[in-house]
Amino acid sequence: MSDFIGYLLTGLGIGAGYALVASGLVAIYRVTRVVNFAQGAFAVVAAMLTASLLGAGLPHGLAELAAVLTAALAGLLVGAVAIGRPGTTPGTSLIVTLGLAVFAYAVEIVIWGDQPRSFPGLPGVAVVGGARLQAHYLLILGVTVPVFVAMAAFFARTDLGKALSACASNPYAARVVGIDTRRMGLFAFALGGALGGLAGVLTTPVQQVTFDSDVTLIVNGLAAAVLGALTRPVVALAGGLLLGVAQTMIAGYGAGAYQLEVALVLMLTAMIVQAARRGAVPEMAR
Amino acid sequence: MTAGAALTVSGVSRAFGGVYAVRDVGLSVAPGELRAVIGPNGAGKSTLFALIGGQLAPDAGTVHLDDQRIDRLPAHRRARLGIGVVFQAARVFPGMTALENVMVGAHATTRAGFTAAALRLPAHRREEREIRDRAAECLHRTGIEDWADRPAEELPLGQQRALQLARALCGRPRLLLLDEPASGLRAAERDRLATLIEDLRGSGLTILLVEHDVAFVMRLADRVTVLDLGRTIADGTAAEVRADPRVVTAYLGTGVPA
Repeated sequence: MSDFIGYLLTGLGIGAGYALVASGLVAIYRVTRVVNFAQGAFAVVAAMLTASLLGAGLPHGLAELAAVLTAALAGLLVGAVAIGRPGTTPGTSLIVTLGLAVFAYAVEIVIWGDQPRSFPGLPGVAVVGGARLQAHYLLILGVTVPVFVAMAAFFARTDLGKALSACASNPYAARVVGIDTRRMGLFAFALGGALGGLAGVLTTPVQQVTFDSDVTLIVNGLAAAVLGALTRPVVALAGGLLLGVAQTMIAGYGAGAYQLEVALVLMLTAMIVQAARRGAVPEMAR
Repeated sequence: MTAGAALTVSGVSRAFGGVYAVRDVGLSVAPGELRAVIGPNGAGKSTLFALIGGQLAPDAGTVHLDDQRIDRLPAHRRARLGIGVVFQAARVFPGMTALENVMVGAHATTRAGFTAAALRLPAHRREEREIRDRAAECLHRTGIEDWADRPAEELPLGQQRALQLARALCGRPRLLLLDEPASGLRAAERDRLATLIEDLRGSGLTILLVEHDVAFVMRLADRVTVLDLGRTIADGTAAEVRADPRVVTAYLGTGVPA
């Protein structure tokens, strides 16, 4: 029983990391209709940078904050390249982000090398319901859930959130009511960068990061985001948590090393079900 | 209601793949005037509309709003200068209520910026309240206040058209562009729309009405510009245009609808 609770909580912690990657994908997709394949790179850059800054003697908190802000800047840059040119279609932008994700490998290897890195997170072991787990997992959960609640409220309740959503649902109409859709898109990319950075900073203490960790992150994050049709943050959170728990349970009770397969099966199932219900992902914006 | 602006279009051309959709078209609309642009299919009406609204840039020529040149500005900048646009297709924001759709229309006039909106500062909250009131008033004015809390995509076509108009009005435009607002409406809806447009003109707003329905236009417009094959073929009062032999042959055919 205590095994089960341990797997469950660890799974939720891991899933929260996926959900954070998903939240960045959702933020960007909602506004620009671009699936940002460079999303995992934001996490990797933030994680690597945190490791370096901590190594240089910066205190915890400050190092992570600087890394998240840098990831936001990286998001802005990716956005500028992917959607900066007026008239770029979401499909074209998607390919650009894919290219940038590969380009990011080169940058990361030049700066940080190809060896895995990590840094300590919240120290200690927590005991919940008789199960022992790294306390850091609770920190991941404790940050992720409020981030999602804030994001859902932001999009649904605030003027800016509505203006951002308007860009995605009808860019023509958004422009004629005075919304600068490109600026909103860049804002979404910066927000996505920060969320991706947060995912990297939070998950690295429990699973070290290498330059190509973004593949695992993006596959899991995309699987979670696709559950919410790429537009609904709260469903993406549920998807991420479900995925994390499923993977941990399978690894715990069965054979390990099937994590990506679990994510892919979940994603395909979600897409097939959604396609059957109403056409997979909402069509690309006109 | 804000005072209307003057619109001056001079020598505007736009080609698509070597074929001119609009060629050397000029028109000058006085503040507070209701100008109609009519013409048969393919006359270049929609292209002209897009050139003024900012969905297209001209190959040659200029467009001025009052004294400001706007033909190179993107659509959102033109909106902020006071151009309200109502498309022929129902371009509403799905997933938001009718009221929220109209509130987004006030975006162009909000002063509190990103930070205020994100932090929900008092200035922003006050502004949001004002916008909500103004949006409700615009819904009332266009006769769809009963639909305020329904998701926009659930409204029938006529109401979605009215919603677009309410959204444009909520941005307090000085020039209102209407692209075939009467198409697809039933007779009663059409009459109500005509009354509303007259009412808007009465409040001093400059209105440019692109329309296929000649009877609808003749009844409303101060002046009528007639396009054919991308060129202006006539420009004058409804009576003058109706009597113009070129219009009769090019557009109206054998007879003139009353």
